Amino acid sequence: MLDVQNIRKTFNPGTVNEKTALDGVSLTLNDGDFVTVIGGNGAGKSTLLNAVAGVWPVDSGSISIGGTNVTKLPEHKRAKFIGRVFQDPMMGTAATMQIEENMALAARRGRARTLRPGITRDERDHYREMLKILDLGLEDRLTSKVGLLSGGQRQALTLLMAALRKPDLLLLDEHTAALDPKTAAKVLEATERIVQKDHLTTLMITHNMRDAIVHGNRLIMMYEGKIALDISGEDKKRLTVEDLLARFGQATGSDEADDKLLLS
Amino acid sequence: MTGFLSALPGAASQGLIWGVMAIGVYITYKILDIADLTVDGSFCTGGAVFVMLFSSGVNVWLAMLAALLAGMLAGLVTGLLHTVCGIPAILAGILTQLGLYSVNMAIMDMKASVALSITQQETLGRLLVSLRFVKGALDGSYPIWRHPIIVVGLFTAVLIAILYWYFGTELGASLRATGSNPNMARAQGIDTDRAKVLGLILSNGLVSLSGALLCQYNGANDINVGRGAIVIGLAAVIIGEVLFSKVFINFALKLLAVSIGAIIYYIVITAVLQLGGLNANYLKLLSALVVAIFLTIPYWKGKYFSKPVKPTKKEENTHA
Repeated sequence: MLDVQNIRKTFNPGTVNEKTALDGVSLTLNDGDFVTVIGGNGAGKSTLLNAVAGVWPVDSGSISIGGTNVTKLPEHKRAKFIGRVFQDPMMGTAATMQIEENMALAARRGRARTLRPGITRDERDHYREMLKILDLGLEDRLTSKVGLLSGGQRQALTLLMAALRKPDLLLLDEHTAALDPKTAAKVLEATERIVQKDHLTTLMITHNMRDAIVHGNRLIMMYEGKIALDISGEDKKRLTVEDLLARFGQATGSDEADDKLLLS
Repeated sequence: MTGFLSALPGAASQGLIWGVMAIGVYITYKILDIADLTVDGSFCTGGAVFVMLFSSGVNVWLAMLAALLAGMLAGLVTGLLHTVCGIPAILAGILTQLGLYSVNMAIMDMKASVALSITQQETLGRLLVSLRFVKGALDGSYPIWRHPIIVVGLFTAVLIAILYWYFGTELGASLRATGSNPNMARAQGIDTDRAKVLGLILSNGLVSLSGALLCQYNGANDINVGRGAIVIGLAAVIIGEVLFSKVFINFALKLLAVSIGAIIYYIVITAVLQLGGLNANYLKLLSALVVAIFLTIPYWKGKYFSKPVKPTKKEENTHA
C-alpha cells in the first residue's frame, strides 16, 4: 500500500545547523499492515511521516501510495490518500468551526470542493451515529465549536475524521503524547477499534515501547535517520521491552536506547 | 444639535455604503486571518471604473459590475503576490495598493478627481444612490424608496444573503477552514493557497463595489477617496464585534453587525465633527486612535485581567 524507496532529507543544508533527518529510508507496507514506529528524539520518526504526508518535498528517493507515485504531489493533493492525526491536539481540527462542520470537511477529503452545500441533513445523522462510537458525549454537541473541546476529545474527533473517508494510509504522529495517561489509553483504544474495523493500513509513531509492542502487527525502530530494527509476525508477538532494548543495542552498537527511549 | 440631527440620515447612508467595504474587510481579516491593505487602493479603483464608464453612458448596473470585476482583479494580484511569489500578505497588499495609485490615475485619465454630471436631472435619475436623494426622498421631489438608506440597506441585505449561502457551501467552508487552521485544511485536501486567493478576490470585489456606491453618493471620485479605508473597515468590524458578539452568533447576523458597526462609526464621526466643531483634517488621527484602542482592549483584557479558570465539577465528562 505504501512504498518508500531510499528517501533522504537534510534540513538547513550548508549551515552549522545541518541535520540529516532521513538517511536513505526504505519501507514497504502491505495492505492492512499496522506498523508502530519508535525511536529517540531526533531519530527521524516524525520526519518520515511528514515526508510521506508531503509537508515538504524530499531531497531524493520516491514515495508511492496504493501504486500512485506521490513524490512530487503537494500536501493537499496527497491528502486524497492519507488520513492524519497529529501530536498537537490543536493541529487536526478547525477550532472556530463546529464539530459537524469539521467532520463535513473531512468527509470531502480528496474531492473537488464546489458550490454544493457544505453539509447536508443526512450527513448530520450519520455523524451523530459515528460520534456515539467514541462514547464521549459528542453526539449531543454537533454544533459546538471544536475549540470548546478538551485535548482528548479533539484527538478522538481528529481520529474519527481521519477515518471518515477510508484512507489508503493512516498516519498517527504520537497522537496520544500530549494527553494524560487515562485519556491516552482511551484514544488508543479508539484507534485500535477504528483501524480494525476498516483494516486500515497504519503507521503509528509512539514514545511508549509497551504500546508499540502491544499494538500492530509490525514494529520498526529508527535511529539516526535510518530504520534500525524491523520486527513482524510471530517474532513481534513474543517481543518484550527487554528483548527490544537488547536487539536495538546489537543492531546499532549503541546503548543509547536505554536512556533515550525509556526516559522520553 | 439640530445640525447633527439633520446630518444623521446622511451619516447613516454613508455608513451603510462603507459597511459594504467593511464586509469585504471582514472576509480577509476575520475569516482568512489576513490583514489585507489592498483595500485602500481597490476602493478607489471601484469609484474610478464606475465614474468613467457611467459618464460615457454605460448602464449603472453594468458600470457597477465592471467596478466589481476590477476590484476582484486587484485582489487576484495581491493573492498571487502572496501565494505564488511568497511575499508576506501585508506587504503584498501594500505593493498592490501602491501600484493601484497609478492604475487608478490612468483609469481616470490622469485626473485626480472626476465628477459625475449630477446637475443634469436625467443623469442624476439614473444613479442608484446620491447625496441629493437623502433630502429629495424626504421633501417629496423623489419617491421615498429612493432614499439611500433604503436602497443601500436592501443592497446590503441581498449581499449578506449571498455571502451566507456562499460560506455554507463546500467552497466557502474550505475558505473558513483555511483561515481557522491551515494545517488541518491541507490535511483535509484543501488547497490553502487557492482558498486565500479566492478570499482576496471576493473581498476586494466587495470593497470596489462599495467604492462605486460612494462615488455615486458623492457625485465624484477622488484619487484619495480610499486612503485609510482599511482602518474604517477594521473599525466597523471591531465595533460590530464588541457590541454584538454576544447576541449575534449566526454568520449572517455577524455580517449585519459589521454593517451596523460602519453606521455607528459614521454617526460618531459626524457627531464629533458637528457637535465638537473639530477640524475635519483631524478625522484620520481620530480614526486611527479609535481602532488602536479597540484592538488594545481585548489584548489587555486577556493579558492583565484574565480570570482564573474554575475547576468544573463534571471533570469526567468535560475532559474525557
